[in-house]
Amino acid sequence: MRITRLTAGAAGLAGLSLVLAACGGTEADGDAAAGGGGSTEEAGDITLTVATFNEFGYEELLDEYMAENPGITVEHKKAATSNEARDNMNTRLAAGSGLADVEAIEVDWLPELMQYPDQFVDLADPELEGRWLDWKVEQATTADGKLIGYGTDIGPEAVAYRSDLFAEAGLPTDREEVAELLEGDWETYFEVGRQFAESSDVPWFDSAQATYQGMVNQLPNAYEETDGTAKDLAENSDVKALYDQVLTAAVDDGLSAGLEQWGEDWTNAFQNDGFATMLAPGWMLGVIEGNAAGVEGWDIADVFPGGGGNWGGSFLTVPAQGEHPEEAKALAAWLTAPEQQVKAFISKGTFPSQVEALESEELLGQTNAFFNDAPTGEILANRAEAVSVTPFKGPNYFAIHLAVSDAIVRVDANGTDDAATSWEKALTAFDELGL
Amino acid sequence: MAVTTPAPPTPAPSRPTARRDTGPRGLRQRLARWDVTFSPYLYIAPFFLVFAVAGLFPIVYTAYVSVHDWHLIGGQGGFVGLQNYVDVLTQPRFLTALRNTFSIFLLSSVPQLIVAIVVAAVLDANLRAKTFWRMGVLLPYVVAPVAVALIFSKMFADQSGLINTVLAGVGLDPIGWHSDPLASHVAIATMVNFRWTGYNTLILLAAMQAVPRDLYEAAVIDGAGRLRQFLSVTVPMLRPTLIFVVITSTIGGLQIFDEPRMFDTLGQGGADRQWMTVTMYLYELGWGAQKSFGRASAVAWILFLIIVAIGLLNFALTRKIASAGAATKGGAK
Repeated sequence: MRITRLTAGAAGLAGLSLVLAACGGTEADGDAAAGGGGSTEEAGDITLTVATFNEFGYEELLDEYMAENPGITVEHKKAATSNEARDNMNTRLAAGSGLADVEAIEVDWLPELMQYPDQFVDLADPELEGRWLDWKVEQATTADGKLIGYGTDIGPEAVAYRSDLFAEAGLPTDREEVAELLEGDWETYFEVGRQFAESSDVPWFDSAQATYQGMVNQLPNAYEETDGTAKDLAENSDVKALYDQVLTAAVDDGLSAGLEQWGEDWTNAFQNDGFATMLAPGWMLGVIEGNAAGVEGWDIADVFPGGGGNWGGSFLTVPAQGEHPEEAKALAAWLTAPEQQVKAFISKGTFPSQVEALESEELLGQTNAFFNDAPTGEILANRAEAVSVTPFKGPNYFAIHLAVSDAIVRVDANGTDDAATSWEKALTAFDELGL
Repeated sequence: MAVTTPAPPTPAPSRPTARRDTGPRGLRQRLARWDVTFSPYLYIAPFFLVFAVAGLFPIVYTAYVSVHDWHLIGGQGGFVGLQNYVDVLTQPRFLTALRNTFSIFLLSSVPQLIVAIVVAAVLDANLRAKTFWRMGVLLPYVVAPVAVALIFSKMFADQSGLINTVLAGVGLDPIGWHSDPLASHVAIATMVNFRWTGYNTLILLAAMQAVPRDLYEAAVIDGAGRLRQFLSVTVPMLRPTLIFVVITSTIGGLQIFDEPRMFDTLGQGGADRQWMTVTMYLYELGWGAQKSFGRASAVAWILFLIIVAIGLLNFALTRKIASAGAATKGGAK
C-alpha cells in the first residue's frame, strides 16, 4: 500500500516535471541556445532561426551557409502559407518576443510594418549599395532612410497567352509578334481583345479584378499621398478612371471571363479554354503550369500594357527582438546575395531582385518547356527592368484597394450590381474605414 | 492527503468536552471538520481556476480592450469610452453581418434538428447492425471543417460546380451560389448540416433510449400507432434534451466562422459581404485592413450580449414550455 502510494506520487511528480520541462522547452525554444542557456554548447556557438513561408528555395543554401560558418547553426521554420506567417509575425511583434532571428515578409505587409521601424534592425549597409533594383530598396526604406528588409524575389509582370486560341482567331502566335501587337497602353490591350472577340467566343482575359490590379500598380499614388494620408475615394479621379476603363472593357465589351482570381471557377477555367490571356508575374508561371496541366498552347510575351509592372515579392527582415542581430544581418545579407538568389530561382522559381543576378548567364539562359520553351529568364529580366514606377503603399493601401476591387468583383464576377451602384457601395465601404 | 487520511480511530462525538481539547485529538477533529466543509470546494476548484484563467479573464480583458484605441501591432492607445461600440453599430456592414449570421443560423439549426430527431427515431427502432448505423451518422462530424468546405466549394462553384451542372442538365437556370445572399447562406448551411446533424442525432438518440419502455407499452395498449407514439410519447419526453441541443446549436450557430470563411478563397464573405458573419466581421476588424482590436473587441462583446439575450429568451421559453408540459400532465391525471 505504502509503496504503491509512493510510486504513484513519484510518477505523478515525474509527470508534472515533464510537463513543466516541456512547457519551458517550448517557451525557450529559440533563445535557450541563443541566450547561452544551453549548457552543452561551446562558447561562440550560436543558433539562428530563419522563418519563411511557401517556397523560398533556401533548404540547400542554409546547409551551405552552415558548412561555411562553423559555430553557427541555422534552423529553418517554414510556414505553409503567407497568411499563416503573417498572423504569426503580427502576433509576436505585438507580444514583443518569439520571432525568428531572420523573418521573411511579403511586400504586401511592408506598409503596416513600416509604421513600427523600431521593431526592426536597420539593415542599411554601404557595402550592399547597388545590389538590388532601386525600386525594390525603396519599398523597404522608411521616410528617414532606415532599411528594414533585404529584397529576395520580385514579381515582374508579363502577359501569358494561349497561342492556339490566338491562331484560331487569326491573331499572330509567335511571342515576339504578340509582344509587338500588345505594345502600348491598356487601351491597346483591350483593343486587341476586341479584335480577338470578333472571331472567338473565348473571353480575352480572366478577371477584371486581376487586370485592375495590374493597372493600379502603375499609379505612383493610387490611394494615398506620399505622406501616408488617404485620398478621398469619392474625389479620386485616377482610380475612378481605371475602374470605368476596366469595367467597360470587361462587361460592356464582354472581354472578361468574369472569374474571381484564385476561385474554384478560375482554377477550373484553365482546363476548358476559359480565357485567352492573363497578366502573369514570374511566380504565376508555376501556378498556370499547375492549373493548366495537359493544356497545350500557353506562351508568354515580353510585354506589359502601360509599361512595366511588379506584383509581389518578399524581403528578409531582422526583428529587433532577436538576440544576435549582427549574425542575423550577415545571414540575411548572404541569402539575398545575387549568387544565392540565382540558386533559389533555379530551385523554386523565385525571381531575383538583384541587379547582378538579372545579368547572370544562368538566369538568362533559363527556359520553360511548358510555355513552348519560352526564354523565361530573359523575358522576366526585361520585364523587371521595365518597371519604372514604385507605387506608394501606405498603411491604408490594402483597405482602400479591397473596397475598390470588391466593387469590381460585384460587377464583373457576381453581376449583382452595375458599375455605378457598385461604386457607391465602394464609397460606403471607404467611409466605414473612418480615415 | 497524508495528513488527513489517518482519521481518529475512535470517533469523538459522544464526548462534548472534546471540542475544547487543544491536543492532537482536537486538531484532528478540526481537520476532519474542515475536510467535510472545504474539501468538496477544493475538488471542484481546478475547473474554476482554469475557467478564471482561460474564460473569465479573456472576457473581462476584452471588455477593457473594447473601450480603448487598440492597434494589432501598435498596442494600447487612449481610452475612448463607448466610441468603438458606436463605430461598429453605425457601420452598415455590421448589420449585414448580423443578418447573415441569423439567416445561416436558422437555415442550419431548424432543418438540422428536425432531421436529427427523425433519424434518431429511426435509429432507435430495431435495426440490424445497430452500431454500424449509429457510428455511421457520426462520420461526417469526424471530417475536418476545412475538408468539408473544400469539397462543398467544389460542388457549389458557380460555373464549374457539380450542382449547377446538374441544374443545367435538367434545364434549370444555374444558381449564383457566390453572388446571391440567400443562395450562399443555403450553401453554407448545407455544410453545417452535413457536419452537425449526426452529432445531434446521437445526443437525441441517447435521450430516446432513456425513455421508459413501459410508456410505449401503455401507448400501444391505448391503441397508438407508430407516429402517434413518436409525437405523444417520444417528443415530449425529449424536451429537456431538445432544449440543451437548441441552446448549444444556438451558441455554435451564432459563432459560425470556419464554413463561411472557407466558402471562397479570399475568406472575407463575398464582394458584397453576402455571407460575412459576425465572427468574420470581428476578424476583419481586428486582423484585416483596420487592425483595430478595440472595434473587434466591441464586436466580441456585442456578440456575447446577443448570445446571452438569446440564452435568456431560451430559458424563459423553456420554463414556460416545461410548466405548460407539467400542467397538461397534471390535467391528464
